[in-house]
Amino acid sequence: MTVDAPSWAAGIAHEPGVAKPDPILSVKGLSRRFGGLLAVDVAHMEVQRGAITALIGPNGAGKTTLFNLLTGFDQPDEGSWTFGGRDLSGVAAHKVAHHGMVRTFQLTKSLALLTVMENMKLGGTGQRGERFWGALARPLWRAQEREIETRADELLERFKLSHVRDEFAGALSGGQRKLLEMARALMVQPDLVMLDEPMAGVNPALKQSLLTHVKQLRSDGMTVLFVEHDMDVVYDISDWVIVLAQGRIIAEGPPAAIGADPKVIDAYLGTHFAEGGGEALGELGPEEHREVLEAGLEGPPGGGPVDG
Amino acid sequence: MDWALILRSTGQAALGPDACYYALAAAGLNVHIGYTGLLNFGQAAFAAAGAYGLAVAVVTYGVSFWAALFIGLLASVVLALVLGFPTLRLRTDYLAIVTLAAAEILRLIVRSVRYTGTLGGTDGLQAFGDTFFRLNPFDGSSYTPLQFRADQVWLLVCAWPLVGLCCLITFLLMRSPWGRVVKAIREDEDAVRSLGKNTYWYKMQSLMVGGVFGAMAGIVFAMSKQSVNPDDYATKFTFTALAVLILGGTARVLGPVVGAVIFIGCLQGLDVIMRQAISAGYVPDWLPVDVNKVAIIRLIFVGVTLVLLMVFRPQGILGDRREVAIRDR
Repeated sequence: MTVDAPSWAAGIAHEPGVAKPDPILSVKGLSRRFGGLLAVDVAHMEVQRGAITALIGPNGAGKTTLFNLLTGFDQPDEGSWTFGGRDLSGVAAHKVAHHGMVRTFQLTKSLALLTVMENMKLGGTGQRGERFWGALARPLWRAQEREIETRADELLERFKLSHVRDEFAGALSGGQRKLLEMARALMVQPDLVMLDEPMAGVNPALKQSLLTHVKQLRSDGMTVLFVEHDMDVVYDISDWVIVLAQGRIIAEGPPAAIGADPKVIDAYLGTHFAEGGGEALGELGPEEHREVLEAGLEGPPGGGPVDG
Repeated sequence: MDWALILRSTGQAALGPDACYYALAAAGLNVHIGYTGLLNFGQAAFAAAGAYGLAVAVVTYGVSFWAALFIGLLASVVLALVLGFPTLRLRTDYLAIVTLAAAEILRLIVRSVRYTGTLGGTDGLQAFGDTFFRLNPFDGSSYTPLQFRADQVWLLVCAWPLVGLCCLITFLLMRSPWGRVVKAIREDEDAVRSLGKNTYWYKMQSLMVGGVFGAMAGIVFAMSKQSVNPDDYATKFTFTALAVLILGGTARVLGPVVGAVIFIGCLQGLDVIMRQAISAGYVPDWLPVDVNKVAIIRLIFVGVTLVLLMVFRPQGILGDRREVAIRDR
């Protein structure tokens, strides 16, 4: 099973920072330094509206930092970006969500001592009962609360969490928390959903259901940008892949093209050599290691045969 | 052993002004720590703001008592803004250190010689509540069976409903979407920010609400003695209120009230029991216990009790064990 390249991607060059026909997010000259380390240094990046874009790269490539910058959780040293035509640089994190850009986190942030339903309702926007004086008078917000609850119930149904609706979120399994976090983000009714490693620590059965949900987001007209290490997942669902290494975009293209790109393989290998030293790769020769990585990058999605 | 005295004395403390103002102070801390996760270790400062706002306005500036009450509450809101503006961006543990230090700084300024003319220095300020006590409809010297003085009864009749009001406000707030946001901030602030809530402002509001409760505590405290003294608002005040809160159960509307009644009642009960036991000769000579040390020894008992409580019932009296279990996961 291979993903058909989406029609918009047909005439687009496979090169870093390439312009898209209808970008929802457009980044220019973005950089972030941590002391001497240049964590993010993106000259140009565009994310196509209505597509699923994967952001991959070795550990420490700056993927999460880039997420933090774009969503206002961290401030860049330089650079600007527009979202849906509006300049969002320097906008506070909570206002970013109002503009329709919602993120999830690498380490799941389910709110443990709130019930699943309360977690969901928190995502509702423009709630009258969230204002201090309004909160004291229930009649002001009761009707709105019911509407939000109905919407939350629909989403819980879709994400198969209805049966744990009234449990504490802290009592859920790791995979269920991932589902909850995604469902909660959808309560904000965003245009762009940014998922930071949505599949990390999720068992294979649940992974399939999460994949279906992410594809469903695209069918519903949302744009998805996600960070992922699992190459099967990247192959399966993404329309476009952006590869980050040492803060820079080193390659872009549809998944099939990325898998064959020697620059990408080098980026992974190089970093692994640098990080692991002799220790981690001790048992593996460089040649074997390359094979392992290629298997990971090129392996046909859906568990097809791998070279060997 | 005079059991009637022990019971009366315990009951007097459990329903008296001490329990009342500690319930208020703990109710404020409950909003801060229990619901919002703001580790405020400077509740004494909010109490001092309320008490001194009232006392200074009446004694130094001759403002009417009722306007001065309002000034006391306003002072705590201002303190919340001043304290919160720079510190609410900090993570909880830093906030704890900063609030603790801020409360001590405030106390040392108040007791400084330089401002004695305005703030009363170490002598404090007295006799600012006459207007209030003139309205006292109760007379006679004692009220059975607990034998409160008439002016105490009048104060308690006004102050306990205040505790009820604070509990009602807490209840209304915490069942609302506002309370949901605040509780979510306690669990994980970044998640709440990512969903489009201005967490900074919610924390500020929470600091103000709990601070106003703390100011009420300070006012009741001051009224019960008809005096304010800077050293009443030392860290001991904050940590007693914190012990009360933990004993009663955090993030429970009635936790602070239950905690205060039991904590203050037991403290006084222990005091009387030990004194009685000593004078009746029940305490063997080799124990280093005498009447002068009772006040200290009862605090040792309290410490041990709190340690045992943390081990065997970490959720407090009204808390839910399940919540503690989930938090520790």
